[in-house]
Amino acid sequence: MSVPTQVVEDVVIKFAGDSGDGMQLTGTQFTNNTALIGNDLSTFPDYPAEIRAPLGTVAGVSGFQVHFSSQRVYTPGDSCDVLVAMNAAALKVNIKTTKKGGIIILNLDGFDSKNLRLAGYADGVNPLNDDSLQGFEVYKIDVTKLTREALTDISGLGVKEKDRAKNMFVLGFIYWLYNRDLQTTIAFLEDKFGKKPDIFNSNVLALKAGYNYGDTIEAFTTRYKVEKAKLPSGKYRSITGNTAVAYGLLAASEQSGLPLFLGTYPITPATDILHDLSKFKNFGVKTFQAEDEIAGITSAIGASYGGSLGITTTSGPGMALKGEAMGLAVILEIPLVIINIQRGGPSTGLPTKTEQSDLFQAYYGRNGECPMPIVSASTPSDCFDAVFEAVRIAVQHMTPVIFLSDGYIANGAEPWKFPQTKDLKKIEVSFKKELAEGETKLRPYKRDEKGVRPWIVPGTAGLEHRIGGLEKEDETGNVSYDSENHQIMVKNREAKVNNIADYIPLQTLDSGPEQGDVLVLGWGSTYGAIKSAVAELQGKGKSVAHAHLRYVRPFPKNLGEMMKNYKQVLIPEINNGQLIKIIKAEYLVNAKGYNKIKGTPISRAELVGAIEELF
Amino acid sequence: MTATAEMTAPVLTAKDFANEQEVRWCPGCGDYSILKQVQTILPQIGIARENIVVVSGIGCSSRFPYYMNTYGMHSIHGRATAIASGLKAARPELSVWIVSGDGDSLSIGGNHTIHLLRRNFNVNLLLFNNQIYGLTKGQYSPTSEENKVTKSSPAGSLDHPFNPAALALGADATFIARSMDRDPKHLQQMLLRANAHHGASFLEIYQNCNIFNDGAFEIFTEKSSKAEEALFLEQGQPLIFGANKDKGIRLNGHKPEIVKLGEGFNADDLWIHDEKDFFKAQILVRLFDNPHSAEHFPRPFGVFFETQRASYEDAMAMQIDEFTAKKGKGNLDKLLQGNETWEID
Ligand code: SF4
Repeated sequence: MSVPTQVVEDVVIKFAGDSGDGMQLTGTQFTNNTALIGNDLSTFPDYPAEIRAPLGTVAGVSGFQVHFSSQRVYTPGDSCDVLVAMNAAALKVNIKTTKKGGIIILNLDGFDSKNLRLAGYADGVNPLNDDSLQGFEVYKIDVTKLTREALTDISGLGVKEKDRAKNMFVLGFIYWLYNRDLQTTIAFLEDKFGKKPDIFNSNVLALKAGYNYGDTIEAFTTRYKVEKAKLPSGKYRSITGNTAVAYGLLAASEQSGLPLFLGTYPITPATDILHDLSKFKNFGVKTFQAEDEIAGITSAIGASYGGSLGITTTSGPGMALKGEAMGLAVILEIPLVIINIQRGGPSTGLPTKTEQSDLFQAYYGRNGECPMPIVSASTPSDCFDAVFEAVRIAVQHMTPVIFLSDGYIANGAEPWKFPQTKDLKKIEVSFKKELAEGETKLRPYKRDEKGVRPWIVPGTAGLEHRIGGLEKEDETGNVSYDSENHQIMVKNREAKVNNIADYIPLQTLDSGPEQGDVLVLGWGSTYGAIKSAVAELQGKGKSVAHAHLRYVRPFPKNLGEMMKNYKQVLIPEINNGQLIKIIKAEYLVNAKGYNKIKGTPISRAELVGAIEELF
Repeated sequence: MTATAEMTAPVLTAKDFANEQEVRWCPGCGDYSILKQVQTILPQIGIARENIVVVSGIGCSSRFPYYMNTYGMHSIHGRATAIASGLKAARPELSVWIVSGDGDSLSIGGNHTIHLLRRNFNVNLLLFNNQIYGLTKGQYSPTSEENKVTKSSPAGSLDHPFNPAALALGADATFIARSMDRDPKHLQQMLLRANAHHGASFLEIYQNCNIFNDGAFEIFTEKSSKAEEALFLEQGQPLIFGANKDKGIRLNGHKPEIVKLGEGFNADDLWIHDEKDFFKAQILVRLFDNPHSAEHFPRPFGVFFETQRASYEDAMAMQIDEFTAKKGKGNLDKLLQGNETWEID
């Protein structure tokens, strides 16, 4: 039977199941396949903190949302058009965000009495039998049974192992529904399981069975297709934020000629950067999995002192532990990049959920007067450019720099028009090798016109000197407890960081009028939501503009002026209001906040509402 | 293997390693002697000044780098070992010396110390043990004896002390030695041995804090008692001590015991010191009795243990070389492009 294909513009699919159901892999596979056909896309993986959360429960639900379109896409989507629910709990969690009229594909086996009970449905209640799914297009598929049937010829695997291929059956079916080719996933399976023929075969058979199921069953009357997106022309790939950070660091290392050293300790959601960088040994990258967060940063300080590009990666709790060492890097005045992939806090908080709540920590979280530049990334691919900038600032201004990303963009993926190395900027770095003409004695803390001291590395003959965490005398760097000198040095260090404003671009508008009613000012991962909300309101004729900060400290020099051009400023953040307090203190503007602290991104729709309230 | 930078500089003297900074330890502090012995041996090791880096943490001893005419970093409390690890990983050719105290590297920095030792970075860790917190004006430290009365323990401390050499052995250190500030010749020998060892060298130095813990080690260092209380280890030699060299230690099965020479035992019956013997080293580091107790072993000084194991930075460099040989030099354009791309026109 041939089913007609309907071209649609924009689709959001959510794959949801138990954390053991392989939903992250399914989502990633679907994403890669989607990227390759040229759709624009954005993803949102969302999974429990536990490796094996309680089976079948609401807490154990793992989800992967993919938004793909022939138009530009800026968020993973507020709600989904298609929900794949592998069990009752997955349905229960996601039904709220499934569009009325949307498609719900259910794995029948996940709705037995045990699963219903684990999902917390009352005795005797089964959403498949009552009217709670009215208004949705519901398809019940016995995935377990169909998968087992497809794998009858595989004798080397037990039932349990065969059942692991269930996710491939579902993926195959969705591929059918969206007119896709199976080849990318077969190639992936070959790469992953090529050496284990039974597992490889069972996955491929299940994938094909899912696809053929779509063809043979007569329930589905339509297949869908999303055309290529109208992105700027060029060559694209798909990338997640954390991989973009790793690539950006590597690119910065190559473009500066500084060997890359990563000192770090595993922590969610930053660890993937270590995973990536540890593969780049043939670029000369040294990765050091230290004994703790403190050794992560201090080993990086040691490497920087030796003339490497010292990097440390972490998340909020690790940032707290690194505080004292950041102060050391500030007073030593050596380059270092501290990467914080933020997550929900305080304390261990919500390790796998996103939040922008470490901005205060980045600004103020150290003892003493301890200013550090802060650079933030706004989308997965923007992590590449933003971290490259963080490195440039660190090595050219002799300062530790904090780079802020968060779990949402770290794990989320989007198409990336990747650069060629020949188009990347060089990062000029120079080491002091000898005394300058007329200089009789080394003064390691003598500053240039930017307020920056020279980088002198051990091994340089004739420039032996000592540095340390005690306050130093201006210029000589000798230990000094002199009170006048301390004030001078505090001001020097502050001026050096403030001067960076002269070496970063002015703030530009992302969209909207240069003067008007409302400016929505954001930073970090709220970019997509703000962009699409503002676009919607602009479409309705509202006078609203969007500016998005990359440089959070120091701010671009024109930011204050820019804000004056609007009657109101709205600052949406996934925290309890942090940037807004800094902006208010710095510029005395009466900004308003929109704050969400639920461990999830801000949605376009809620932001549209929040902006509209200002009119 | 990465050789530490060879001598490129003209012949130097101890003076070349001193600088014009005024040394600010209390008069009479044991740190002076240690500084002097380090400055004395450095000209002998044949490494140019610019290739030597002294990294310290916080505490009296940690002022050390300021008084050396080499590269140096006075860092933060407990972290010198971790900073040195990163430096050595990045720059294997440098000669890296860590100067630390009992509080710095056994209390606040204890974690980094054990990990430095197990990883076996080729550095020298000089642990100035004065069994007290000096810089904060006299509190008990993790090596203070039990029941120590200090400002923070007016009724006596409750903490059981660390045995630093045993701790180092437990962390699989590849070189473990002990010396003292008051024996310049022995200290110089031990410093040279520590430097010659390729791997993490753990050298504990008994250091007198004459202000807050005066005489903590005098039973080992003073002429009147030294011969009876200190046992100097020498490779291949029997363990003999005593003013008249008439006492020795023999192994009775696994149990060490003190015997009188001439009274049924002679030197051939004694424990022959072997630095390479890990099992004997385990017993040797445990000769750690309170020297004021009635029956006790003398305290050993010298090299307890030395073994060879690849240093971390060598292994790291080798892994990078092997990986590069196998995969070819990395190509950034290829990496950025990845395996799956598509074109939009
Ligand atoms: S307090 Fe003790 S250890 Fe510190 S300098 Fe004075 S004598 Fe030396």
